[in-house]
Amino acid sequence: MNTSALIVMLTTIILVTGLTLYFFYLVLNTPSKPEPDSYPDNDHLNQSVRTNTRS
Amino acid sequence: MSEKTESWGSRVGLILAMAGNAVGLGNFLRFPVQAVQNGGGAFIIPYLVCFLLMGIPLLWIEWSMGRFGGKYGHHSTPFILNSMHRFPLWKYIGVFGIWTNIAVASYYCYLESWTLSYVFHSLTGSFSGLSQEAVSDFFNDYVSLGTSTFGIPYEPIVFFVICLLLNTWILSQGLAEGVERVAKIGMPLLIIFGIFLAYKGFTITAGENGAINSSSVGLNFLWTPNFDKLWSPSVWLAAAGQIFFTLSVGMGTVQCYASYVRPKDDIALNAMSAGWMNEFVEVVLGGAILIPISIGYLGIDRVTELVQTGGLGLGFRTLPYLFYQWGDVLGAISGMMWFGLLFFAGITSSLAMGTPWIGFLQDEFNWERKPAAWSFGLIVLLLGMPTVLYFHYGVFDEYDYWAGTVSLVVFALFESILFAWIFGMTKGWQEINSGADIKVPGIYKYIIKFITPLLLLWVFIGSLVTPKNGDWGAALSGNWELDNGSIVKKLTNASLKEQIAAATDAAQLDKLNDTLLFVNGARILLLAVFLTLGLLVYIAYKKKLREGKI
Repeated sequence: MNTSALIVMLTTIILVTGLTLYFFYLVLNTPSKPEPDSYPDNDHLNQSVRTNTRS
Repeated sequence: MSEKTESWGSRVGLILAMAGNAVGLGNFLRFPVQAVQNGGGAFIIPYLVCFLLMGIPLLWIEWSMGRFGGKYGHHSTPFILNSMHRFPLWKYIGVFGIWTNIAVASYYCYLESWTLSYVFHSLTGSFSGLSQEAVSDFFNDYVSLGTSTFGIPYEPIVFFVICLLLNTWILSQGLAEGVERVAKIGMPLLIIFGIFLAYKGFTITAGENGAINSSSVGLNFLWTPNFDKLWSPSVWLAAAGQIFFTLSVGMGTVQCYASYVRPKDDIALNAMSAGWMNEFVEVVLGGAILIPISIGYLGIDRVTELVQTGGLGLGFRTLPYLFYQWGDVLGAISGMMWFGLLFFAGITSSLAMGTPWIGFLQDEFNWERKPAAWSFGLIVLLLGMPTVLYFHYGVFDEYDYWAGTVSLVVFALFESILFAWIFGMTKGWQEINSGADIKVPGIYKYIIKFITPLLLLWVFIGSLVTPKNGDWGAALSGNWELDNGSIVKKLTNASLKEQIAAATDAAQLDKLNDTLLFVNGARILLLAVFLTLGLLVYIAYKKKLREGKI
């Protein structure tokens, strides 16, 4: 590949992939909000957090 | 309003569904062609600038509008817009957010059914041993409703109906059990298939398996920047247009999905995550498959010629043949993966198109989800059949132009003005930041208020009165001759009329006259659907007044 094409391609791929992974990482690692939130799937998790906090 | 309130099962499920809504066939078929036609690697600069100045702001606007409307029990744009400002016209402008989805789904599901059919044809070896011309003819026969390898009469119609039944059944299962579950399976599979094909695209070696060029030739062709093109308004217009289509903004689907998020939950990070995921699929995966593989086996001149007809031709007429250069087994697997990823890209988008109509019927007419979903399937079947039966008469393209192109820009322009100037940026900024899990840069307050609406206005005007051959220099110096692709010329069927005037062959003249008839018929049909939806909004409004809900 020629140098300019390689620079543009690698910069773009690294930037876009990096930001995609970064934001998805944030989503996965941000604690969920107190109940009631929008997502029923995490209800049992929040329930156990509340139970642990009380005990 | 419906008594039952639906919800997303999980945050990751919502983001995958939202990313699936944005990721469509255009990510793999439209983006690389646009990049090649608009300066190669230099296209990425206006493209990313437009993503930052128009794409991200519109995502935040639409997520905020949706969550705001959801607070008042609205899950479709007519009454989401009405909840933001009481001026009566807004709810009718909101009709775009249902109409666009129904009209786009009508031809998009047909396109999606091609990918489903091609998955089966790839797996059963229909393309094995065929010449490039024969693979191309296979596609021509298919869309002409000819008999294909399976021997099923009217096979495209059968696959269209199967595809619609599948969409409708999934929609009838609900958000969490239907749409979200498909996104959780479809998106990871799409990315895995995409990574496999991108790897193949990156590792072609000249002289092996009939390849005439190594991958580097195709990648050079796609990524070598032509910085002179950066000064061309047409390139910027193309980049802005691509951002529009790829993010599925201006459709009403983002608002609908976001309306099921509670007021205290984040939307700012969710929007960024879904938006960048779409960019990853488009730029990283989409840029590594179509063009490098095509150039590897066909050469630059042939591909330059083929991209003039758009990405569909390359995707359906050429790639199935090229995959078989890797041998029968890998050819079948690659074909299955290519059309499989296109199918997942398609179905996650078409499911999103069904939700505004279902939400509207549930909210305003107390319909249960299942009948609402089946009514969507029926409407799409009726409205979609002309695109199947009269594909060669331009009906498909007509739907795509008015519903899938023009209407997105018009609706996004209206909603950006409503959000930033009428609802007000102070309240709007609070909405974006409420419950946010990231700090939204303050500069976006000004970008959303000034730059995004101006960019949208520019995109709209640029499309309305596009100068001939995109020559803005000549236009601005006083010689503003309209291009046949401009909205004004399209409206008057200028291109078709020129072809009719120039036609000498009687059969060709008959075909062109029929095309003109079907094109006008398609427009009347789309207009009738819009007016009917407007009437339903009016009836719903009167019902709300009677019930004291307004």
